[in-house]
Amino acid sequence: MLTKRIIACMDVRDGQVVKGVQFQQLRHAGDPAELAQRYNVEGIDEVVVLDITATLESRQALARTISAVAHRIFLPLTVGGGIRKEDDAAAAVDAGADKVSINTAALSRPDLITTLARRYGSQAVIVAIDAKRRGNGFAVYVRSGTSDAARDAVEWAREAESRGAGEILLTSMDRDGTRSGFDCEMTAAVANAVNIPVIASGGAGDLDHFYDVFTSGRADAALAASIFHYDDTSVSELKKHLNARNIPVRM
Amino acid sequence: MIALIDYGAGNLTSVRKALTALGADFATPARPEDCAQFSALIVPGVGNFAATAALVGPWRDAIAETVRGGTPLLGICLGMQWLFEGSDEAPEVLGLGVLEGRVTRLRGDAEAGLKIPHVGWNALDFRGTARILSGLEPHAHVYFTHSYAAPVTDACVAATTHGDTFASVVERDNIFGVQFHPEKSSDAGLQIIRNFLAVTRGLSAAARGAEAEC
Repeated sequence: MLTKRIIACMDVRDGQVVKGVQFQQLRHAGDPAELAQRYNVEGIDEVVVLDITATLESRQALARTISAVAHRIFLPLTVGGGIRKEDDAAAAVDAGADKVSINTAALSRPDLITTLARRYGSQAVIVAIDAKRRGNGFAVYVRSGTSDAARDAVEWAREAESRGAGEILLTSMDRDGTRSGFDCEMTAAVANAVNIPVIASGGAGDLDHFYDVFTSGRADAALAASIFHYDDTSVSELKKHLNARNIPVRM
Repeated sequence: MIALIDYGAGNLTSVRKALTALGADFATPARPEDCAQFSALIVPGVGNFAATAALVGPWRDAIAETVRGGTPLLGICLGMQWLFEGSDEAPEVLGLGVLEGRVTRLRGDAEAGLKIPHVGWNALDFRGTARILSGLEPHAHVYFTHSYAAPVTDACVAATTHGDTFASVVERDNIFGVQFHPEKSSDAGLQIIRNFLAVTRGLSAAARGAEAEC
C-alpha cells in the first residue's frame, strides 16, 4: 500500500536554514546538509529546499546547498524558490534536485509547467500554490505571499495538472508558521479536484495535525519545517504515532 | 567498470551519486560497440517510454548482444520497462524484449485515493528469493514515481500493489530490473544497488579465476 509521505522543508537563506512565522520573523535553524542527514536517519520520506531570498547572488549559494544536501541523503529532493525560467530549473536539477517547485513563474507563464514536464517528466514538476481563505473559496497569492493572483486555488490546481504538473504543493498562508493545524478543508478541496498527489503545507503543530490532514484533508503527503527543525517533534515519533492510528507510513 | 547508459531520458545525477557513494567504477559509453568492454550495464531513465526510441537500432543491438554473453544488466524505472517487449505508452517503440510481456498503464482509483502517477513509498512483496533482494527486510519500502508498470511474470521476484499488482523487481539469470528508484530509496535502495554490484564483482572474479586455470 502506498504510504503517506512526511516531507521536511528547509527554508534556506545564504546557505543556512531559517523559518518564519507567516512568512516573517526569520529564525536561524542550522546547516541544511546536517539537518537533512538527521532527517534521513529519523526516516523522513522526502526533503524540500526552498530558497527564500532567490536573488542572483543566492543562486550560486543555492547550487552549493543543493549539492551538499544531495551528497548526504538518498531521498527525493525538491528545490523551489525563485525558479522563473527553464535555466533556473536546469541549474537546480544539475546540482542534484530531483524535482523543482515553481510558484510565481507558473502563474505568470503557465507554459513553463509544460516546458519543464516535457524536459524532465511530470514527476519532476511541482506546482506550489500559496493560498488563503476568502469567502467560500481559496485565494492564490504570489511573490512570497505579497501579491494577489486573482485566481482560486482549486481552479488553478486543475489547470496546473492539465499543463503537466506532477504534484501540487499547497500552502495555507493563514496557517503557515502558526502551528494551529493544516487547513484540512482547503487541502481536501484541492485533493478532490485533481488526480495528482497533493502535499499539504502550513500549520503543522502537533502529531494529530498530520493525522487530520491525511484523513479529512485527503492529503497524499504533508510538509512541515519548524516542527522538525527545533527538535520539538522527531520524524520517527510522528511516524510511530501515525502508524498506531492506522495511517500507512514508511517505518 | 560499469556502463551507465545515457540516452537522454532524465537526469542521471542521483544514479551517479549513489554509485560513487558505493565505490563503484562507472562510465558512460559513447558508442554502442563500447558496451562489450564493460563488466555490467545499467539502463536508468525516467519519463515517457518514447524516450527509449533513442536506444532503438545500434544501442539496442549492442546491449542485447552484451547481455546474451552473460553480462549483468540492471534496468531502473523506465530502464526496467524497456527490458520487456514494449509499452502501451509508446506502442510503436520496441523494448529490448529479454523479458516477455508488455508494460501497461496503472488504472488507479480516484475514489479510493489511488492516484496516477503512483508517487511515493510503497512496499515490496517478495516472491521467492533473489540475489537482488539480498539483505532487505521483507516488505521494505522504496520510492516509486511512474504511471506504467510491468506485468507479474516468472521473472518477477517482488511485486507491489497500487490498485493493480505489478512487477516492482525482476530477476532472470543476470538480468535485473527495478520499477522504483533505488538511488532515491535511502538504505533499502542502496542495498539493492550494492547487491547488483556484488553480482557483478562475483562474475568478474569468477571470470578471472577461469582465465587463471587456463
